[in-house]
Amino acid sequence: MAARAGAQREVFPRASTGSRVADLLFRAAMLFAVFVGFVALAAILFDTVSDGAGRLSTDFITNFPSKVIPENSGIQSALVGTLYLMFLTAFMVVPLGIATAIYLEEYADRNKWFNRLIEVNIQNLAAVPSVVYGILGLAFIVRGPLGLGRVLLAGAITLALLVLPVVIIVSREAIRAVPPSVREGSLALGATQWQTIWKQVLPGSIAGIATGVILALSRAIGETAPLLLIGAAASPRFNPSGLLEPFTALPIQIFVWTQDSDRSFVAAAAGAILVLMVILLLMNSVAIYLRNRYEQKW
Amino acid sequence: MATEPAASAGNVGRKPSMNRTRTTRSVYEQAIRFALLLAAAVSVVTTILIVFALVRETITFFGDVGVSEFLFGTKWTPTLAGDQQSFGVVPLITGTLYLSAIALAVAIPLGLLVAIYLAEYAPTRVRRIVKPVLELLAGVPTIVFGYFALTFFTPEVLRATLGLGVNQFNALSAGLILGMLVLPTIASVAEDAMSSVPASLREGAFGLGASRLQVSLRIVFPAALSGIVAALILGASRAVGETVIILIAGGQVARLGLDPTQGYQSMAAYIAAQSRGDIPTGSIEYGTIFAVGLTLFFMTLLLNMISIRLVRRFRQVYE
Repeated sequence: MAARAGAQREVFPRASTGSRVADLLFRAAMLFAVFVGFVALAAILFDTVSDGAGRLSTDFITNFPSKVIPENSGIQSALVGTLYLMFLTAFMVVPLGIATAIYLEEYADRNKWFNRLIEVNIQNLAAVPSVVYGILGLAFIVRGPLGLGRVLLAGAITLALLVLPVVIIVSREAIRAVPPSVREGSLALGATQWQTIWKQVLPGSIAGIATGVILALSRAIGETAPLLLIGAAASPRFNPSGLLEPFTALPIQIFVWTQDSDRSFVAAAAGAILVLMVILLLMNSVAIYLRNRYEQKW
Repeated sequence: MATEPAASAGNVGRKPSMNRTRTTRSVYEQAIRFALLLAAAVSVVTTILIVFALVRETITFFGDVGVSEFLFGTKWTPTLAGDQQSFGVVPLITGTLYLSAIALAVAIPLGLLVAIYLAEYAPTRVRRIVKPVLELLAGVPTIVFGYFALTFFTPEVLRATLGLGVNQFNALSAGLILGMLVLPTIASVAEDAMSSVPASLREGAFGLGASRLQVSLRIVFPAALSGIVAALILGASRAVGETVIILIAGGQVARLGLDPTQGYQSMAAYIAAQSRGDIPTGSIEYGTIFAVGLTLFFMTLLLNMISIRLVRRFRQVYE
């Protein structure tokens, strides 16, 4: 190292003191920025663990939320609601999202106006605030034409519409990563376009799609605002018994406990946050595992 | 298959057609294509329904409240009764912009510094640690940020450590934590933009004797400018649309002013706070959700359109 630095100094003139100071200051500023991000994450984790770790027990998982006794409050209904929401959302968003991605990547002629419209529209939808999806759910799914009421299915449909653009965007990227030569080979052997997609393109991109779907679902189950608008129940002492039954979810339960005037519910909120974060961490680990294990290198 | 010879027999004496003969298989392929198109149409229908829902109820709302009272009124007290009730959206808009401004004042410089570090300075080994940590921060649910702002950042950091006399709900805490939420978004989009600047530009500058700092700030940064601006706009759009942090830590009073120790309400937070109650369909309070929602929708839509256009431009230049 020293030898190389010496050689470099011979070739290049030594930088002026001013510019070396500027360089040093800039490096310090960048490291500070990275440090702030790290500290923010560490502080959030530390705070929730120190507030909520004491609450974690099997009772906390299996008890229903209590409106009177914070110590006996549990998250069963919220946890079950979140899991139901996750699977229902996946059930709706996976076929829709992948089908749209296939259409846009494999069939759509970009010179047609409606295909361009679909594309621009998806980009815009991806950045619509989640609370606006909540308004949509309230106006058309809970009330209005569908009129389902404040039920599990209404929450799942709203969350599915919310993450649909994300699923479409990541699925398109995964499908695009399959090289054209694979398609051409398949078509040249006499396969139809759909056979090519079904037997070559989809198997080749499924790892990328699965990763994206899991990340989208982890966004869905962390959402609070749309479910507030849908009217998820506050601290129900029952699990949803069907698609058309009242429900709650972990973020809603956390919100309700955070808002409670009895501050001893704060520990319960922190405990519920920990459970939510563990679920998210598990989902992310699965996504990373899938990406590393099944990702195709072409 | 059996239909093919018959079909070609029918074609004898005619000009050969480029159109494929209809077979069970081609009909099946067409049906699949149509089904996929229908799936793609769902997202367009979603947009139409969002706009339709917002506009329909907003028109009803403007039947009761004048458009100019809504747009220029400076008092937002829709839940009060009688003379106290007022529907001026200005406090919600200024509240939204004020909280977003605090967030962006932190997130823009920090996010850009992180982006420059990751794109130009960080060794691969460091980048492999920093990027996942930022992704993790970006993946923390907003309710957790809100909880953190209310139960830790306001009482422990702002009051106890810094000794500031802030309210339990205040703009400073909500804004700064909102900034932490936006930081990873800005950092990752800006880094993408800078990474897509071709290496030849950097090499040219290094060859002329430029230092790394000069290359980063005078070559790469300007070259990636449209992508960086897009990152900032995307960050702004996230801050404007964020609900729960402000709902929990920013207070639930729509207030005019710029005092960081006071709480302010944003448009998104108002919508979520209001709908917690069982507002009857068709009431004025129900209408306010949609009128405010439409305002918010237009603000974020405008930001997104600009951002999409800018991203497209920087892609065209370097690909």
